[in-house]
This record gives sequence, structure tokens and C-alpha cells, in this order.
Amino acid sequence: MSEELICITCPIGCHLSIERLPEGKLAVSGNRCPRGIKYANEELLNPKRVVSATAAIDYSGIEHEESLAEIARIPVRTDAAYPKEGVNEVLAAIYALKVKLPIKRGTILLADFKGSGVNVIAARSLGLEALA
Amino acid sequence: MKELYFDSVVIGGGAAGMASALELDKAGLSTAILEREECLGGILGQCIHNGFGLIEFNEELSGPEFAEKVEERLAATGVRAFTGLTVMELQLASELKTLYCYSGQHGVLRINAKLVVLAMGCRERNRGNIRIPGDRPAGVYTAGLAQRLVNIEGYIPGKDVVIIGSGDIGLIMARRMSWVGCKVHAVVEILPYPSGLTRNIVQCLNDFDIPLYLSHLTTRIIGRKRVEGVEITPIESGAIMTEKAFVIPCDTVLLSVGLVPENELSKMAGVEINPMTNGPFADSMLMTNIPGVFACGNVLHVHDLVDYVVEEARRAGIYAASWLKGNSPKAEARVKTGANVRYTAPSRVDPDKNNKLYLRSLIVKNDAQLEVRINNRLVKSIKKTHIQPSEMLTVDLGPKELESVKDSPDPVVEIAIS
Repeated sequence: MSEELICITCPIGCHLSIERLPEGKLAVSGNRCPRGIKYANEELLNPKRVVSATAAIDYSGIEHEESLAEIARIPVRTDAAYPKEGVNEVLAAIYALKVKLPIKRGTILLADFKGSGVNVIAARSLGLEALA
Repeated sequence: MKELYFDSVVIGGGAAGMASALELDKAGLSTAILEREECLGGILGQCIHNGFGLIEFNEELSGPEFAEKVEERLAATGVRAFTGLTVMELQLASELKTLYCYSGQHGVLRINAKLVVLAMGCRERNRGNIRIPGDRPAGVYTAGLAQRLVNIEGYIPGKDVVIIGSGDIGLIMARRMSWVGCKVHAVVEILPYPSGLTRNIVQCLNDFDIPLYLSHLTTRIIGRKRVEGVEITPIESGAIMTEKAFVIPCDTVLLSVGLVPENELSKMAGVEINPMTNGPFADSMLMTNIPGVFACGNVLHVHDLVDYVVEEARRAGIYAASWLKGNSPKAEARVKTGANVRYTAPSRVDPDKNNKLYLRSLIVKNDAQLEVRINNRLVKSIKKTHIQPSEMLTVDLGPKELESVKDSPDPVVEIAIS
């Protein structure tokens, strides 16, 4: 039985057909260029996603400016693609965070998540002016 | 009333406004950015997903990171940024432009400038714009509003979601809503093909097994107080198949049905608007019909990548500064949209310089040909492996290709796709 994928390496979006061969390799057809083969292998054998979400801000004990009042969440993301099947675990860990201000963009919030080498980082600076 | 004077004023502090202000400052002009929100960055602040900056910064960033990096460049300049300030009226006719503004901090302000750059961006089309019949319950949001609620203000607008329209913001929100624990039941698209990028279809819908109904019309929103469902009707060979209509239960509807450049201020001030883009007509210097008034970014035409917005805005800043020094094109040719081209921006080219034109196709096609003709003579032909309306195309036209423009009194440059 063959599996179907749409290659997203470029805007053409080739419709790929993939056969799983006995020795664990893949036979890819429908691709217009070699990148289709690479994409199919990554996507079927080791799919990964960059996770971007938001985390709660810990406002307890802070007298923050009015302009910050409507900002309830801080954007965060993984600094590299993470195995797709573990994305929900990354999300759960992000949602459990309470981020203290001030914070600088790029600050590591979760280091080396589950030994993957992937970090979760803050995707914006917040509250630095209030401190200065 | 407080009165201020600058060489140049930029309306809007998003990606376009910041990028053009950087260039105006670099050219030695005293420059102000006028921003309605409390912080700079525009819509980037709520676009927390990845994929910005591959062209501009050579790395994949989220929207807030992209904005912050541009802001950091701005902080190192003399540009004065006003935030929380709304421009109420523009008076552009005389040499010195006057802007009437209001802000909580400064009260009513009169700001004067020798040139104005319009960079107000765009806003979302809503339910009224596409006339969806039915009840008027709570729970109907534009996708961008929902994005702001979820990503910045920390509210989740509902649990069971149907998204109408397959634009990129709608697709991105399908993933975002799934990742905050909602169930997205469907994306409904009236056209036979998706309006968003393929990579977003794959990563935002297929990853979550969200069905995409192409060629389906939303015929009714159902619900007395809160949305209870949407009625969807298939379209077959152009006919609305009423007897095949079905209802998808949900408590929230997100609309991703297009963006419109925000030109209320410009229209009031007499700026001429191109009905194909809903943005101003721009000449080869990105100047509108009013001398000294320039436009760039999504207020000019809706872009699909912020990197292109920045590129265009930078050019607008450079051209505006150059115009103030007395430079203007000796001869310009108007650009005509030929077969299968929806629009080009700008709509004029200067045969003495390198022009970059952005354009949108009306068709989806593999192995297409983009052709440029001057007075019906072919001067450039570009092969495109794949084109679709949702992906903006660019064409570079330089003095060599445009040489014959100078031979004719009213030259026409036509761009067509076949």
C-alpha cells in the first residue's frame, strides 16, 4: 500500500507516492526534483515541527505599566524542529510555565527538552523598559 | 495646540513604517513614526508562528522576533516614534503637509512635514463584507481578532471551531486553536483551490486531520445567542446545490476571507485608489497622485511575506528622500495588466532605473510564462514552474529592457501570464 504526501519544500507542491520497502527504505515517486525524496524521508521516518505557542506571564507582585496590562501572554517557540509525536508534551510544558518579567528575547525557558537538544525560548522581550 | 515639524512623517509603525523610516533617517531627514497602538511592530506582534525573516535576516523567526529586530535597528537612529497616537486628518495639498493627531499623552497635535509615507497596513474583511446570511449570535470572529485574543490577551474564543475561508491567517489559526485544545471541525472555501500556501495546508490542516471543503459556500450561521452551527452548501459547476446543504455544529466561527488596505485617511485627503488593490496608485517612486505622499507595505497592496513588505518599504523611504532632493523620473511608462494578471504594484516604471514590480496572478498553473511587452513588442519572458494567486510574483525591469519606452510618446508596458 502506498502513502500520499504533498511536498512542501517549494510552492509547486508535488503529490508524492511512497512505497515502504522491506529493508525500511522508501521508494518515492511523483517528485519533480530530489528534494521531494528528502522531504518524504524526513516526513515519514522522522517528522519534526517547530512549536510556537504562548506562556503565561507571572504578574504577581509587579506594578506594571498600563500598556502591559492587556498583554497576558508571552510568545515562545522551540529553537529547532522537535519530533512531531512529542509536540503535545512540549505544549503541555509551555502551558505550565509562568514567565517572570522582565525578560529578554531568546532567553531559554526550557533547556534541552527531554534530552532532545531543543530549547524553548522567549520570542519577545518584555518589561525591560519598566526596569530601566 | 502643540505643533511639531519634521522633514518626513511615516503613518504606521509596523514592518513597513519602520523600514521606510530607517531609510529616511539614513538619508539625513528628521523623521517621525506615528503609531496608533501602544507599541511598534504592527500585526507581527500577534503572529507568533515561525517563518518570518528568511530573506531579511537569513533565519526563520516568529513575528514578534522579526519586529523586535527591526525595532532595535530603529532605536539606534534619530527617528522619533510616537505610540498611542492616532492620525485624524491629513492635509496634503500644499507643499508642507499637515497631520492632525490625537494622543492620550500629548492631546491634540499638529504635525507638519515635507513628505508623508503612508504605511497603515490593512485590515480584515468581515462578515458584513461577504454577506453571510443567518442569525447574528456571539461567537463570530475574524481570524486575526481571534489570533490577538489567543496570543496576546490570553482568551480562547470557543471550543468547537469552523473556519470560513482558507487564507493563511485562517490556516495558521486552525493549528493555533488545535494547539490550545480546541477542536477545529472544518475549513470551508468557496473557491475550488485553497487561498493559502500549500505548506500551511499541510502543516496546519493535515497534521490535525482537519477537513478542507473546497467549492463550498457558507449559506447560514445558526444560533440564537451563541453560534450553534454553520450551514455549508456545495457548489458544483457554478451551481449552488441547495439540496446538498449540511450543517456543521460548532460554537465559534472564524473568518479568514481576505484583507483590505486601510485607506480611509488617504481617501479623505484625495489620494487616488486602484480598485484592483484597494491601495493607492503608485508611480515608479512609490509616490501617489499627490506630490510628496508615498505608500508602501500592505496599505499599498496586500503582501504575503513581511520580507517583501520590508523590501518595498525600504525602497519607498529611499525614493521619498530622493524626491525631496529634487529627483524625479524624466519619463515614465504606465504598466498595463495583460492576460491573467490581477494587478501590478507600482503601476508605472522608470526606464532610467531598475524597477521591481510585484504582481498577482489570476490563475493557478504549472509551467507558466510571464511576458513583458512594450507597445506590443516582447522584451522579457520569464519561466515560472508554478504560479497561484496566493503567491506574489516579482519582475525586475531595468534600463536595458525598458529602452524602447523612450521611443514613443505614450508607451505602454504590458505584463501577461500564459
